[in-house]
Amino acid sequence: MQWRIFLAFFRVGMLGYGGGPASIPLVHKEVVEHYKWMTDEEFGDVLALGNTLPGPIVTKLAGYIGYKKGGALGAVNGVIAIVGPTAVLMIALFAVLANFQDAAWVNGITNGVLPVVTVMMGVLTWSFIQKSTKDLGWVRVLFFIIFGLLIISVLNVHPAIVIVLLIAAALLRNDKKKEGSA
Amino acid sequence: MIVYWNIFIAFFLPGILGYGGGPASIPLIQHEVVERYEWMSVGEFSEVLAIGNALPGPIATKMAAYIGYETGGVFGAAVALFATIAPSLILMLLLMGLLYAYRQSPKVKRLTTYVRPIIAVLLGILTFQFLESALEGAGAVQTIILLVGSYLLMEKWKVHPAFVIILSIVYGILFLGS
Repeated sequence: MQWRIFLAFFRVGMLGYGGGPASIPLVHKEVVEHYKWMTDEEFGDVLALGNTLPGPIVTKLAGYIGYKKGGALGAVNGVIAIVGPTAVLMIALFAVLANFQDAAWVNGITNGVLPVVTVMMGVLTWSFIQKSTKDLGWVRVLFFIIFGLLIISVLNVHPAIVIVLLIAAALLRNDKKKEGSA
Repeated sequence: MIVYWNIFIAFFLPGILGYGGGPASIPLIQHEVVERYEWMSVGEFSEVLAIGNALPGPIATKMAAYIGYETGGVFGAAVALFATIAPSLILMLLLMGLLYAYRQSPKVKRLTTYVRPIIAVLLGILTFQFLESALEGAGAVQTIILLVGSYLLMEKWKVHPAFVIILSIVYGILFLGS
């Protein structure tokens, strides 16, 4: 079992591009289709609940599913399988680059890559705005954005404080009768 | 010792506050690593992000591993990874039953809904900072060429981001290495 947990999440880690959320379909493929550890519905539930919690999603899935299938060792196993190989690759790649730190062409890498990362970040920003408008509508999202920019960029409040306040607001707000069904 | 504590905090906060998966915590990581602890510049950070995006696997953990390693060696990398992954995973394992019982509760649903626009703001601010550094590094003309080119390649023609990054690296080495 431990070996299969390792293989499942190793493959997800090595084949997924675009960060953890982009690899969720790969996790589904391993866990639901290939190994049949859970049904479609169970997977959907785990994913939805994972998304109500902060932090990287795919490591939460690997840890949780690993735990369900192989106990605490399974959890550690799943996480290491998904994170370890690419983490090592990343460090190794930069170790190679560091040998040429002062060469002009390394500077060229930064200059060439920055605009591309800008585009990636811009696209990611846009996808978050779109998802937000689905839940809140444009008016409230615009209000949130202006309010957020003001507090974080102008008043220089640490983003952590803003997020913690919002979490508190989400939990403390009184639910109207018609919404409240636990 | 203090450096390991700082590494822990720098990755614990993004891990516990980023709603929307690893990519959502990128601006939070940047806030700690570039602005608070000043371990690297915006340019260096963007390079870590770019190389990270050119490799497979989750992004937040790749960044944690590398930045942790740069700042505190192998143990630093382990601390950064632990701080990124463990808190939210432990929360998930502990709260799964509770969350499942309350999964229809508007409170639980609101968590993500409320935090997401702020994550969008943070991502937007970081986009702007990257743009500023890009203009500084490559100049306006080259930056516009690369912005438009990479946008078309990735979004319109659906070229794999890893290829686009490799292309931009080659382009940078050939034309922007001064």
